[in-house]
Order: sequence, then C-alpha cells, then structure tokens
Amino acid sequence: MKLAKVNGTHSALVERTVVTVLEARKVSKQVSSPEGVLTILHDISIAMNRGDSIAVVGASGAGKSTLLAILAGLDTPSSGQVWLDGQKITGLDEDGRAAVRSRSVGFVFQAFHLVQSLTALENVMLPLELTAVLGAKDKARAALVAVGLGARADHYPSQLSGGEQQRVAIARAFVNKPVILFADEPTGNLDSATGAKIADLLFSLNEAANTTLVLVTHDRSLAQRCKRLIELDSGCLLSDSGLP
Amino acid sequence: MTNTVIFALKALGREARAGELKILFAAIVVAVAAITAVAFFTSRVSDVFMQQADEVLAADLRLESGRPLDGNNRYTGQAQRLGLRIAHTVSFSTVLFNGENSQLTNIVGVSDRYPLRGALRIATDLEGVGVPTTALPQPGEAWADTRILSQLRVPLGASIHVGSLSVKITRVLAYRPDQGAMFSVLAPTLLLAENDIPNTHLLLEGSRATWTLLYAGAAPEISEFKAWLRNNKSAAERLVVVSESNAQLQKTLESSTRFLQLASLSTLLLAAIAVALTARRYSQRQMSTIALMKSLGASQWFVLRVTALQLFMTAFAGAAVGIGFGWVAQNALVWLLQDLIPNSIPPARLAIAGLGLAVALITLLGFALPPLLRLRNTPPARVLRETMEPAPLSNVANYSLPLLAFSGVSYLLVRDWMLIGYALCGLLIVAVIFGLAGALVVRVTAGVRGVAGVAWRYGISNIGRRGGESIVHIAAFGLGFTALLLLSVVRGELLNDWQHSFPSDTPNHFLFNISEIQIKPLNQLLASSRVVLPTYMPWVRARLVAINGVTMQKRPRELTERGRAFVEREQNLSWSLKLPQDNQVTAGEWWNEHSPSFPQVSVATEFKDELGLQLNDVLTFDVAGEIVNAPVTSIRKVRWDGFRPNFFLVFPPRVLDAMTGTFVTSLFVSQEGRKTLSQVARSFPNITVLDVGKIIDQIRVLMERAALAVQYVFVFTVLAGVMVLLSALEGSRDARLYEAAIVRALGASRRTLLTAVAVEFSVIGALAGLLASSAAAVAGWLIATKLLGIAYHFSGTLWIYGAGGGGLVVGLIGLLATRSVVSSPPSMALRDH
Repeated sequence: MKLAKVNGTHSALVERTVVTVLEARKVSKQVSSPEGVLTILHDISIAMNRGDSIAVVGASGAGKSTLLAILAGLDTPSSGQVWLDGQKITGLDEDGRAAVRSRSVGFVFQAFHLVQSLTALENVMLPLELTAVLGAKDKARAALVAVGLGARADHYPSQLSGGEQQRVAIARAFVNKPVILFADEPTGNLDSATGAKIADLLFSLNEAANTTLVLVTHDRSLAQRCKRLIELDSGCLLSDSGLP
Repeated sequence: MTNTVIFALKALGREARAGELKILFAAIVVAVAAITAVAFFTSRVSDVFMQQADEVLAADLRLESGRPLDGNNRYTGQAQRLGLRIAHTVSFSTVLFNGENSQLTNIVGVSDRYPLRGALRIATDLEGVGVPTTALPQPGEAWADTRILSQLRVPLGASIHVGSLSVKITRVLAYRPDQGAMFSVLAPTLLLAENDIPNTHLLLEGSRATWTLLYAGAAPEISEFKAWLRNNKSAAERLVVVSESNAQLQKTLESSTRFLQLASLSTLLLAAIAVALTARRYSQRQMSTIALMKSLGASQWFVLRVTALQLFMTAFAGAAVGIGFGWVAQNALVWLLQDLIPNSIPPARLAIAGLGLAVALITLLGFALPPLLRLRNTPPARVLRETMEPAPLSNVANYSLPLLAFSGVSYLLVRDWMLIGYALCGLLIVAVIFGLAGALVVRVTAGVRGVAGVAWRYGISNIGRRGGESIVHIAAFGLGFTALLLLSVVRGELLNDWQHSFPSDTPNHFLFNISEIQIKPLNQLLASSRVVLPTYMPWVRARLVAINGVTMQKRPRELTERGRAFVEREQNLSWSLKLPQDNQVTAGEWWNEHSPSFPQVSVATEFKDELGLQLNDVLTFDVAGEIVNAPVTSIRKVRWDGFRPNFFLVFPPRVLDAMTGTFVTSLFVSQEGRKTLSQVARSFPNITVLDVGKIIDQIRVLMERAALAVQYVFVFTVLAGVMVLLSALEGSRDARLYEAAIVRALGASRRTLLTAVAVEFSVIGALAGLLASSAAAVAGWLIATKLLGIAYHFSGTLWIYGAGGGGLVVGLIGLLATRSVVSSPPSMALRDH
C-alpha cells in the first residue's frame, strides 16, 4: 500500500479522498515484570484514513493506552512498524518522533494536562511556541474562541472548571491543525452532561478540520459516535468494525 | 536558538511564580553573598599589604639596633660614597599622662628626609582624612595618632609632656609607612623631631629603644651597599628585609581570613544542599510538564537547552543580587576588623564579582544539574501514565558532580587542597555525627508523642514520619548553631574562666627601665602609697654567639622561627640568687649562696627545646662586647602568664653585676592607687609603666572583633540552613497540603494545625540547638583544657541558649513558611490531590 501525504494546497475535494494517515503493522509490546515478560500488545495491525473517527475500546488492562502511546509515537513497540503521516516513526529516535508529533499530532487527555503555571491562552500557545510558529498568540486566541472560552483566556487552570479545562486542552490540540488527534478518555474526568458537551465539541471540530480522531474510551455511547470501533482484549485485536 | 531563549525566558517568568525557583534563587544569593563578602574583604586586605610592601620600610634598606648606630660615621661615609640618601630614627615606648589619663605610646624621633620611601599622611582634625605630606614635625612640635588624643583627652594644639620635654601637638598623624602593624594597635605613635629626643631625658644608658638607619637609592648601589653592610655591621645590628617586617600581622590576618573562608565554605555547602533539594523538587514537578511538552513535539535537546538556560538565568540573577549583598556585607567586615587593618584600605576589587558569578554557576551546575539532566529523559508517554519516570542518573553523575563542584569552588576560594580536604572531611564527620544524633533524637521524640494533646501529637509525629527530612534539618541547623554558640557563649565563658583563674592581687602593671639608683626612692614612693613592694629583676642585653664553642653560624641544626629569633636577636639576661616565683627547676640544680662563684646559667625549657640544649652545654654570650662563657646548670619551667617579669636566661649574682643594666618589676595597683603611677611617671620620667590590664582589655577587644567577624559570616551559614529548611518544606508541600486538608476536613481548627506546625519545627530547632550546645561545650572543654590549661565549667545556660534560641528561630521560620499550607481551603487541596 502506498501512503499518501495530505497536501494543504489540495482542494477540499481532493482532501476528502481516502488517504491513510496512520498504519500499524504487527505491533507488539512486551515489558519485563517481576513475574517475567508480560505481553501487553500482540501483533496489532490497523490502518486509519484521513477524517476517520475511530474508537478504541476494551476493558482495563486491555492495552488501549499502550496502543495509543505507540501509535502517537509516545512509546516504541517491541516489534512491528508504525507509519504516521507518511513517516515511519518506528525507525526514528525520540527527537525524530517528537518532530513528527509537533507537525502532525494533537492530544486530549483524561487528566487535561494543562500546565498549572500558565494561563489558558499560554497553554494553547505552547505547541505553537515549540515550533516557533508566527502569530502564536492570535492563533491561540482564535482557538479558544472556537471552543467558547475567548473570555477566559487569561484564567489559570485552577480558576477553570473541569469542562472548561478540557475545552482549553481541545483548543490546544487543534491549534496547530494536526492531521491526527489522539484522545485518551477525554470525558473520563467529567460528569455526563459536561462530558457530552465535550464530545460534541470534539466531533464537530474533527469534522470541520477533517482530522483523524483516535478515541480511547470506556464509554460505549461515546464510542458509538465514532465511524469505526476497534476492540482490544488482553492485548489482542478482538474486532475492528472498519475491516471489510 | 532564539526560539529556545524566548521560550526559556517566558517559561522562567511563569515558573518564577512557583516556590522552588524563588528558593533556588535565594540559596544562590546567600551562598554568593557569603563568599563574595569574605572575598571582597580579603582582596582589600591583601591589596593593602601589596601596596605597602614596597614602602613598608620607609626606605630601600633598613638597619636596626638596640644601641645608637654608626657612632664613627663609617656606614654613612660608605653610603654617601655610593650616592645613597640617608635618614635615621629612634623609637621607644613610654606612657604619656594627662591627669588621670594615660596611654602607652611609641615615641618616634625622625631626622630630615624621613621617610625615604612612601609618605607620611597627616590631618588637621581628629575626623579628617590623612593627606600625604613631605613636611616633618619641627622641634617643640609633635604629630600624634588619634588614639593618643582621644585616650589622653587632649585637643589638637595642646601641649603634653614627653619625659622632661613639653611639646605642642600640631597635627594628627594618620599614617607612616613603617608603622608596622600589630604593635601600633597597642601603642600608637607620637612623632617628634629627632633633635628633641635627648631633651625628653627618657633614654638612659641601657634603656630599651630601637635606633634605625634608613637608606634609599638606585637598585645596584643599594644591593652593593647591602653586601658591604652584611660584612661590616656588628652582630647586634639587624638588616631588615621587607618580608619580615609585616610578617606577624600578615600571619594573623591570614589565619583570620582562612577562618572566614572556612565559615563561608560551610555556608556554601548548606546553600548547595538547599540548591540540590530544590532542584530535585523542581525537576519532579517539571516532569509532567516536560512529558507534555515532549508529547507536543519538544525534542530532548530543546528540553535540555530550555532547562539549562533557565538555570543560567537564575544563576546570573542570584549572583548579581548576591554580589550586591556581599559588597555591602564586606563593608561591615572592614568595620568589625578596623583595628587590625591599616586606616587607608583600598576599595574592593571588582574582579571578585566574577568569582561570585563562578560560584553561582558552578554550584548550580554541580548540585542542580544532575536532577535536571534526568528531566531530559522524561518519557513522553508519562502523559498517559503518571507513574512513568525517567531512568535514574548513574551514581557517578549523581555524586561526582556535586563533589567536583564543591571542591572546585573551594579551590577557587582557598587555593589549598590540603585545607579543602580537611574541611571536607571535618564537615562530613560533623554532618554524620549530627545526622546520627538527629536520627536518635527523632526516634526518641516518636516515643513521647502520646503525652500531650492532639496538636502536639500531630506535630511530633510529623518529625518522626518525615524522619529523613527532620534529620537534614537538625544537622543543617546544628552545624550553624554550633559555630554561633562556640563563638558567642562559649568564648565569653572561656575568657571569664581564664581571667578568674588569676588571684585578685595578680600584678597588673609592669615597670621597665628602672636604674639601680632609682630603686630606693621608688620603693619609698610606693610604700607611702601602701603598694606592696615588688621584687626587682635586673637585666642586660646580650647576644648568644656560640654553643659549646661552635659559633651559631656554623651550627647545622635547622631552627624554627622562634629558635632563629633566640639566636639572631639580642636576649635579655637576668640574675638572681633565689629561684624566681612562677619558676620550677625540672633538671639540674639551682644555685645558693654557697655555690662556687663561677659563671653558670639556668635556661627556660622553651629556650632549651628550640636550640636543642642539654645540661652542661656551654653557652657563650657577647654582653656589650664582653664575652661570657656559662655552662647550663639547670632547666626551668616558667609559668609565663603569672604577670611577673621572667627570663629565658638567668645567671647567679656577681657574674653580670658589673654590666650596665636596668631593672624591671611588676606590681599590683588597685583602681584607687592609680594616682601613684602618675606620680611614678612624673618623678621618674625614664621609667616605662605598662598597664597590663589595659593591654589585656585591648587584646580582648581585638579578639571580640575578630570573633564577631567570624560570627557574622556564620550568620550566613544559619541563613543557608534556613534555605535548606525552606527547600525541604517546598519538597513536602503537596503532602503537607493534603494532610492539612484531611485533618481540617475532620474538624481540626486552623489554630490546632498552626500549633502542630509550631511544635514540629520548634522541637526540631530545639533538638538542633541541644546538639549544637553539646558540640560547642565539647569544643569549649577541649580549648580550655588542651589550649588554655584551665578548668572548663559546663554551664546550663549554654543549653538553655541553644535549645531556646534554636526552638524559637526554627519554629518561627517553619511557621511562616507553612502558614499558606495551613490557610489554604481544604476543599481545594483535596480536589487538586
């Protein structure tokens, strides 16, 4: 399979064509533990296309977060290969993977992971500052407006509610227009009403930006909103609704 | 790179709001302030010596003697042939009186052209700054050191009596190049015209005075003249070279600056511990942010650069502020030690600021870099799993970097590896002892927590639960408190013990230069004032020229400095039939009236040891040109601090009686009987009265000043201890917040929590104080018994000061530092947790 890279100059029509942005081949992960070698992931192979929304579900300890870490280049597999946005990240060192992430990846975490000493605006500016993007402040402010927090830009995380903090995290995830967005239990720390609003926001931004959304969740109803469902069990791929 | 700098600056600005960077900054400030204060000060002192080194003789060459020099003008003739300039001086000590006020004074009579090198500096009022002058006091005039004027309470322009001569004080003498140092502290100078000296009638034959010839000229002629003089001068005449002249003061100052440097090193060590603790906490807290930054695409190199830049910026800022404080603090040191330092001390060298910066950078690199280096390896997947941590650094990086940094900075400061080695080992041993003792008391306190209320129980249980942290606090404060207690309470006790070890009628005045015919009228005067009549010891000056027939030049034995002084300088010989008080014969036999009448000598143990003498060794003396051979027939142990005239060399009567000598005695004069001394000075102007009590007081003031200076530097050590406390508190801040929230949620009042905190830190402080008191008492006991030879009385007040002061200081700091923890709403702490 030939992997195509999305070119920003293409027309919307071209961008909506099927383009694989993430592929994992025979990915396994073993770790050593006091009880011996533990296999967390076993021969996982998946591919994801541009604009897809994929939910990764499974019981606790099924390997969801490990798979997400490997797909996003946060961790390395013990064996197998991963391509992200046209780049084989399993061949790259940590800095190489960091460079790919800065270009192509956005994250939303269960625990929000906002820097407590930074204001909402400064938190959103962070990925732009890391890549020295010009006009970081304006872009970050626009992203905050997009998530409905334009008025809270100068507030610190401790001054925001859980839902607001997650909206800041979403603004941060979308601000550098990532090709793929990884969300790890994005509503896990929120009540159901706030969680639903956050999910709406995530899906609408995903739709608008034609980003690929990879969602790790326990929440079946949230998972159902994705176009595709991947289920893991004890590190193995149990089902993939996207497979023909 | 610009991106990194901007990012690092922004991040630093944001992080500055957090506690750790503030403590890191404060620790650097304290370390740099302590070190630069001492370094600025020592640079000024060494500069003043450098400056004076070339003019300290007031000439290029100086010849001194205890007798008038060059009676036949041979030296002058030779010097004139070589085109050298010549000047001469005569100096001696006497006590000047003005009514009841007296001052031991160094009278210096100077000839034209004095000084040949350097310049006198004079002022026209007591507070005036000395300005260089080429003028000299004219006959009938005197220039006086400010202390003479203030001590005698005479205004400028008034006349005073110097022996039989009345002179008008016309100028304040601010400086003379050859003023020497230490002695001028005890005896200020009165400068007179040389021609006026005979009119004082203070110099009789045999009087103790120094006659000096000064020469200056071009280097080749000076060196030719020096060689000529070496071959032609008599053995009793001494050529003075620069290195000898200020050696004693320089040595005193060197040892006190060493002590100050060691004090600043202990500050540095504690500050460095604070830096290491803070950096560890900082890196721990930064780990999640770094993982987040890495997940957002930051590279390892970027993380490292940002961290290093933040560190450097903190170091620069801390160093700048620390140098500022150091500069201010060194002025206080100069003020504290003003009596030891010449008046015109040059300004501090700016280059020391570089040293301050180096100290800040090296300390941060050594102590903060290891934990921060580890940050670079933070796994980005930590954003998904909080438990993921970077691999620990190797032990080599963890321990060798701090050790290297500390040794490096120490070397920059003291330039003496041996001393650094000793200091490191000493500090390590003390730290281990304090650590072990701290561990023990922490265990003991754990056992007593049940005896009081809830606040006490909670406070005391905290000490045991944070055992490691508590031990670090106890050791850090213990170290600082020990030094402070030793220098304040124990020193005071020792001085009192020492002074009280003398009976109340211990002689407090020495009378010198008494001629034989003056003894009878002097005794009459003393008897009329009901002063107990003293014993007079005669003495003449002589030179040791040979031992067992071998001249001193040919003796192969390596001599110590003191031994050389015994050989090279004139010695005072005395004679007595009875064994003098405070003397004990340890070998041989003392003579009596039936002993055969032949020259023999009894030597003090110090003289015997320095020259390696044995009983029956024959010593040959040159007594004013007459050769006297005397076998050593006894060795005496002398108690020198009895304040009675004692001699290294004592002869039996009838050997030296014919030589012209003077007598010396010591007597006790009560406060009421002090008028008698004025009468003595007026009736016998040649007799020099030395007030021992006053000299002891002056020495005491000097010692107190020096101790105060060292104490002052140790205050920085305690400040560094405070930094250690604050940094450790910052480390346990989250846990404390959470625990306080739980206890408050369970219904504890803010007051209960504050009491618990006060108990926790007061107990830690009191324990550190108790340990410090014990350590200071042991040190005091060692000093008393081994150095001073007096009994040391352990006093409970030391422990009261230690425990009370320690508890109060640490309790207050702990309370202030954790106030916000106790005050924050429990809901917030629980939610954040």
